[in-house]
Amino acid sequence: MANIGLYIELKEGVFKKSNRELLSLVRKCGQNVHAVVFCADLQPYLPELRGIQTVIQVKGTDLAYQPDRYAQTLADIIAEFKLDVFCGIFSAQGKDLFPRLAAKAKASLVNDCLAVDPASRKAVKPVYSGKLLAEFQVNDERALFTIRPNVIPVEENPADGQPEIKTFPFNAGPVKTHIVQVVKSAAKKIDLTEAEIIVSGGRAMKNKENFAILEDLAAVLNAGVGASRAAVDAEYATADMQVGQTGKVVNPKLYIACGISGAIQHFVGMKTSKIIVAINKDPEAPIFKKADYGIVGDLFAIAPLLQEELKKKL
Amino acid sequence: MNIYVCLKQVPDTEASILVKDGKSIQEANIKWIISPYDEYAIEEALKLKEKTPGSTVTALCLGPERVHSALRSVLAMGADKAVHIESNGYLDDQNTAQALAEVIKADSAFGVIFTGKQAIDNDSYQLHLRLAENLGIPAATHVTAFTVEGQKVKVQREIDEGAKEMIEMSIPCLVAAAKGLNTPRYASMMGIMKAKKIEIKKITLSEIGVNESQNKVQLLKLSAPAEKPQGRVIPGEPADAVKELVRLLREEAKVL
Ligand SMILES: Cc1cc2nc3c(=O)[nH]c(=O)nc-3n(C[C@H](O)[C@H](O)[C@H](O)COP(=O)(O)OP(=O)(O)OC[C@H]3O[C@@H](n4cnc5c(N)ncnc54)[C@H](O)[C@@H]3O)c2cc1C
Ligand SMILES: Nc1ncnc2c1ncn2[C@@H]1O[C@H](COP(=O)(O)O)[C@@H](O)[C@H]1O
Repeated sequence: MANIGLYIELKEGVFKKSNRELLSLVRKCGQNVHAVVFCADLQPYLPELRGIQTVIQVKGTDLAYQPDRYAQTLADIIAEFKLDVFCGIFSAQGKDLFPRLAAKAKASLVNDCLAVDPASRKAVKPVYSGKLLAEFQVNDERALFTIRPNVIPVEENPADGQPEIKTFPFNAGPVKTHIVQVVKSAAKKIDLTEAEIIVSGGRAMKNKENFAILEDLAAVLNAGVGASRAAVDAEYATADMQVGQTGKVVNPKLYIACGISGAIQHFVGMKTSKIIVAINKDPEAPIFKKADYGIVGDLFAIAPLLQEELKKKL
Repeated sequence: MNIYVCLKQVPDTEASILVKDGKSIQEANIKWIISPYDEYAIEEALKLKEKTPGSTVTALCLGPERVHSALRSVLAMGADKAVHIESNGYLDDQNTAQALAEVIKADSAFGVIFTGKQAIDNDSYQLHLRLAENLGIPAATHVTAFTVEGQKVKVQREIDEGAKEMIEMSIPCLVAAAKGLNTPRYASMMGIMKAKKIEIKKITLSEIGVNESQNKVQLLKLSAPAEKPQGRVIPGEPADAVKELVRLLREEAKVL
């Protein structure tokens, strides 16, 4: 039986939602699972980790994320616990950490997986910006995978059972890649890569101030706000909001595109959304070919109407 | 300083990609470009060279014969040397990183290595950091700002939703570029003429002791994802269309 490891990602101490997708993925394959958590106090996270065989708590005096230290600690854990397969989230941190870990652990890595079978070490991931899917087979002694958020269905009532808890010392060795400061953005934004609903605006927004219309609509839906590259290039929106081939790949259950034409480079960044809604005044706009539902009209009229309608209780 | 930039040649972002025989793509009508993030890497390498007297920029690309055109355009933009590592089949990330590392290691005085944060064909998101680990040097990815003071490099990288990490490293180090780092330049006419005279150095995989039979990741299958069926446009006056949309989202799509 394979030994599977999971990197449980915490963001400022908060259990990241996509960890549940990782846990659901491995719980059902009935293998020996080790979940690794870097934290001073494990208690808040234990309810989430039910039904897992072993939890490895990494302890240290300063657990601040430094990629050299995290990668080395995880490489040591993989060796110590003889983990054959190790999975994490394809998040900003996962993208930074897993390739370093793969090199240190002399392991193969497939990033951004939509499906993984830990037993056979097969994985499916999008390539060519999602224009194609590739299935890979890892024939290495150790296989690492990162999983795209919002893809794996979360088990509602996972099996119970208290995990066995082990501790492991944090490797507080020297750091060559030194994170000296983390600067948070003033606005509290929703992480688009994990968002369940996204409202996006394009060039049609005309200016930065008009994005407030989309922010108001997003607030009703508890949605994140995205943008096309045209809107970012014109500085109506910030770079972290860009969705598409040279921006973020997002995967919400609902994506509302307002005044976005639907160029291929935008589409590849949001095409896996469960439902796409397009609001565009041009009936010939390519976005209508890709949207589940469309409304032809002026977004400046429709977005506020939509906001009002959504506010109405069922 | 001996500056390096690694780039990959990929299909144009507009290209429709069709599968051939389940494992490769139809290349016949594809226009090849330098992967967009690598363009930012090239620009930053050239800017660093201009600021650091006595520096050279060497462009590195692993791929088949066609990548000559990509290397040629980097030379035209202002790189001094170009190295083509010839590889015709699928080489996995460990092997590719190893091959690039062997070439760079041969220069004991390498300084900053620039790459993109991701190549937009296989979207592997790992070569850069593997390369740095292989060379035993620090590295930052998704970099949107870069400065050098003496032997110290300071970079800013984007993490989640507008948050940024400020990172310090010493040279030698690797920097993987993201959008926002700079605005890539075009080659000048003079650059294009000059580039024609520079010889592209060719290295075979066997010379560096890497080969495809060492691949540990095997590509089993390429396929086109299922296409969404065409959706529908909701007719009517804006107020009615919006009502209907919300109803559909609640009752049919069940996403609200
Ligand atoms: C290498 C490369 C990478 C790229 N990467 C990305 C990427 O990551 N993300 C991305 O988005 N793009 C990307 N692009 C750009 C892409 O090709 C398009 O240019 C861009 O997506 C267009 O943005 P847009 O839809 O906002 O603007 P436009 O194409 O100008 O469309 C604006 C739309 O708004 C509609 N409209 C105007 N006024 C109104 C109104 N009042 N109400 C309703 N509708 C209205 C118009 O009918 C039109 O359809 C990339 C391009 C290249 C070459
Ligand atoms: N074949 C290659 N030759 C040279 N550099 C490459 C090659 N493949 C990837 N790279 C570099 O590594 C970065 C990350 O690529 P990837 O891990 O494939 O997404 C790219 O942006 C390039 O800078």
